[in-house]
Amino acid sequence: MTQPNRVQDAGRINRSRPLTFTFNGRTFQGYEGDTVASALLANGIDIVGRSFKYARPRGIVAAGAEEPNAVLQLGASEAAQIPNVRATQQELYNGLECASTNGWPTVEFDVMAYLGKIGGGMMPPGFYNKTFMSPQSLWPTYEKYIRKAAGLGRASKQKDPDTYDHLNQHCDVLVVGGGAAGLAAALAAGEAGARVILADEQAEFGGALLHSNDWINEKPASNWVAETVARLRTMDNVQLLPYSTVNGYHDHNFLTIHQRQTDHLGETAPQGLTRQRLHRVRAGWVVLATGAHERPLVYANNDVPGCMIASAVSTYIRRYGVVPGNRLVVATTNDYAYQTAIDWANTGRQVVAVVDSRPDPDGELVAAAEKAGIRVIKGSVVYDVQGSKRVKSVSVARLSTTELSLAGSETTLDCDTVATSGGWSPVVHLSCHTGSRPVWDDDVIGFVPGPANQKQLLAGGIQGHYSIAECLAEGFSAGAQAATNAGFDKPTDLTVPKVHEPSVGKAMPLFYVPHKQPMTRAPKQFVDYQNDVTAASIDVATREGFEAIEHVKRYTALGFGTDQGKLGNINGMAITAQAVNKTIPETGTTVFRPNYTPVTFGAIAGRNARELFVPERYTAMHQWHVDNGAKFEDVGEWKRPWYYPKAGESMQDSLNREVLAVRNGVGMLDASTLGKIDIQGKDAREFLGRIYTNAWAKLAVGKCRYGLMCGEDGMVFDDGVTSCLGENHFLMTTTTGGAAHVLEWLELYHQTEWPELEVFFTSVTDHWATMTIGGPDSRKLLAELCDDIDLDKDAFKFMDWRQGTVAGVPARVFRISFTGELSYEINVQANFGMHVWKKLMEHGAKYGITPYGTETMHILRAEKGFIIVGQDTDSTLHPYDLGMGWAVAQQKPFSFVGKRGMSREDPTKANRKQLVGLLTKDPQKVLPEGAQAVADPKQAIPMTMLGHVTSSYYSATLGRSIAMGTIRGGLDRMGETVYYPMLDGSVVEAEICSPVFYDPKGDRQNV
Amino acid sequence: MLCIFCPHCGEYREEEEFSARGQAHIKRPEDPEACSDEEWGNYMFFRKNPKGLHHELWVHSAGCGKFFNMTRDTVSYEIKETYKIGEQPSVVAAEK
Repeated sequence: MTQPNRVQDAGRINRSRPLTFTFNGRTFQGYEGDTVASALLANGIDIVGRSFKYARPRGIVAAGAEEPNAVLQLGASEAAQIPNVRATQQELYNGLECASTNGWPTVEFDVMAYLGKIGGGMMPPGFYNKTFMSPQSLWPTYEKYIRKAAGLGRASKQKDPDTYDHLNQHCDVLVVGGGAAGLAAALAAGEAGARVILADEQAEFGGALLHSNDWINEKPASNWVAETVARLRTMDNVQLLPYSTVNGYHDHNFLTIHQRQTDHLGETAPQGLTRQRLHRVRAGWVVLATGAHERPLVYANNDVPGCMIASAVSTYIRRYGVVPGNRLVVATTNDYAYQTAIDWANTGRQVVAVVDSRPDPDGELVAAAEKAGIRVIKGSVVYDVQGSKRVKSVSVARLSTTELSLAGSETTLDCDTVATSGGWSPVVHLSCHTGSRPVWDDDVIGFVPGPANQKQLLAGGIQGHYSIAECLAEGFSAGAQAATNAGFDKPTDLTVPKVHEPSVGKAMPLFYVPHKQPMTRAPKQFVDYQNDVTAASIDVATREGFEAIEHVKRYTALGFGTDQGKLGNINGMAITAQAVNKTIPETGTTVFRPNYTPVTFGAIAGRNARELFVPERYTAMHQWHVDNGAKFEDVGEWKRPWYYPKAGESMQDSLNREVLAVRNGVGMLDASTLGKIDIQGKDAREFLGRIYTNAWAKLAVGKCRYGLMCGEDGMVFDDGVTSCLGENHFLMTTTTGGAAHVLEWLELYHQTEWPELEVFFTSVTDHWATMTIGGPDSRKLLAELCDDIDLDKDAFKFMDWRQGTVAGVPARVFRISFTGELSYEINVQANFGMHVWKKLMEHGAKYGITPYGTETMHILRAEKGFIIVGQDTDSTLHPYDLGMGWAVAQQKPFSFVGKRGMSREDPTKANRKQLVGLLTKDPQKVLPEGAQAVADPKQAIPMTMLGHVTSSYYSATLGRSIAMGTIRGGLDRMGETVYYPMLDGSVVEAEICSPVFYDPKGDRQNV
Repeated sequence: MLCIFCPHCGEYREEEEFSARGQAHIKRPEDPEACSDEEWGNYMFFRKNPKGLHHELWVHSAGCGKFFNMTRDTVSYEIKETYKIGEQPSVVAAEK
């Protein structure tokens, strides 16, 4: 296989390692060291995609992170599909498969292009804004069409086979960018003794030095790179991170680095390796040596494949041995692009001309080009391009010296490649992430970082200083300074190397190249390739009143793509400034935000994926539940048994069976997940009285009490039973989901309001395994396994607790009940939980002991009208709204938390929503939870809603449905009928009643 | 992500270990029953939202569990100081 554009003997590729890859189904060959982009260019591929809006053919423009067009779908297998891979940054590996993300049926022949030509007028700037506005109902239709047509790549439909991780680390000096300045900075900081991380997004350190023609210390620049990297490798205090993009510069010198560890080896990571790693680095000092991106010029039809930025052409020739065309025209505003012409000519291919906008360029490179016989057309611009799938020729004209317009002398030059340079834009992104706004520098003709907000230093191209000598000097100085600032100043013998490089003449500020036609009539002059934003569309936006740069951005979508406008933004800002008659600094930039380049979800998630995405908490008896076929419910992080289906049972069958077992025999619930807080100290009792609504002063040792906890607003936020273990010792239980919040709530009041109280709180949730046995036979069962507690009904009363031995292990037994039945909560050390649970099951067999889950627990408690905080309450209900005024001790001397809140105007007004019971007229009809109550179902929509259903079940005990819900003024409306309109148009009729549906006197729990 | 000095632990730790709990130095009235609805409403609901220095209550929730105060610039996110409950800030915003 031939690679028509590969030059002999040039570049850093390994010609002894040919690699095979496919692009859009066709097989090609490249070499080890190629990027996908360089390999495509080597094979003469002109078109890599179709544009977003107009479906115009697009080719490779750049050679780095700023590439807007060559954004490909990567992956041979479904599981390895990755969208939005920049071909310029993806290293080639054998067997790589990639495809264009848009273009139908093919990128070569695209139906949309014809629509684009005809329909371009139908998609003016602001198209999306205008479409979104009206009619709103059509948006889903538009969206489907736009997404299909735009084709921005797709995620895999299968599980990612690779692993990703995070590495948290600290360093004294983080150097961002491994070009001349960054290498020098890392060396200087490292030699001074600082712990250094040097991160660079490319495979090799060296940046532009890798393809430089210049000499350092009398040797080619790449030799200095090799020597420096070798020296850094020997230093234990220096960590080198290639393939690593510093993507975000966050608060307090926290930076994230996206390291692609194996993306260059294959589409999935080799066995045992982590594909990508996100370094989360807290750096002492940061040296930004991020360099600069070359700016293209904005001229008509500047998106025809073959139009590239000049430095990229040089990079392809010198680093990859690829010359991406045959006949070159260079269009420039500065000296740098002359090097591209010289590089091109050195490959033996034709340089048609260098078109320089400056009337009298005088730099050394200009002279060198002229000496090499290259035609230089001065004071002129390339203002238009002919060709559609590849450049055929360019139109050149003189530029007026007095205004931004053409001044005649038009010529046409035949060529297939146009390399343009409008100067350089420093890569200020990371500096801007810290909130520092960039400032315009007239000498640089670009934005440079503003005053540093953090411990940050700059070196080289990011400051607009582009000569190698300056980059090296600034790198050494910034590296040494950063180390000193971080406290490291070991003397070094470093000296700035001598550099041989041409002196550079003054550049000319030019962003938009005028056409013979006015901007809005000229052929399309693209500013942002990825979003198809033209100069004319920016002009239209400003004329429609969107003058602020952030508005222009949102109206035109300038800089919205995956490339974030790295190539086009500055030109767009310059064109905006011109349109509104302001200077560029007055217009300013849009805000640069992390991330610098896209980061995969895999790297963001790291190991926090799959089974580690959310931690699961298991009780000591979890395996028994699994072995016995429990269905589980997530409660907070806990996995709780929901119900235990038997073969052939529906869920309702299981619930009915479990409910009746508790009412008629004995059932057992794993209640270990309830929050448990051990409270000790001489002021523990006083503290409880302040934080709970009810009284605690007289609770005796051995007794338990139910309590409600409210916020300062008086609204209920948790409940539970607290037991007095000793005069100064209590055990508080909380809801399963509220445990952590309640503990912090107690600490908050203790630490910030009442530090004088001597009280200590300790979470003991995990220390205890709790099993609740409930039902008429529960005492008999407990008696079989416990002989040191007097279980007589008068000796061990309801709301008592006793210390004893159950199944041979120490236990606290609480005679409390959430079911209304005779019930014991047995607490044992968690390690004994499984043992005791099994013993209870074994001895309970003769009573038909039935394990039950949370759903049955919910039904049983609802039959008794017991609330579940968070289900029956929603932080708008105070204890009186819940009909639980009995749990509020207004006479307590201390104004407990919630008391004052409850007595405000709103909580005391009439007709508040209150919690009541609801019985449907049709006893078999179970109301859906969340259904809204109305007084008159025939009223016009929107109806006046009175409240909603909070809990609703079928009660096997009662043989009918029961529900709880809020109703305005409900506690005074017993016996009244309310209506619940359903989605299907039907209406459920229900009667308001007490929420205690079963055993209202509580006889069953007091036996 | 902020880097926060816990005045109880005596070390800098990552923000992930901490939780912000709103404005600092909001004292629960000594006698809530003596407060008017307006006074109680101010205590419960009304908070400053300054551009610049702000005194905040934080808790080292995944660390020592202790509450403490922080003076933070809400624009630059610079933390001027952290100090224990009961202590007064040494850096305060100029009165406007």
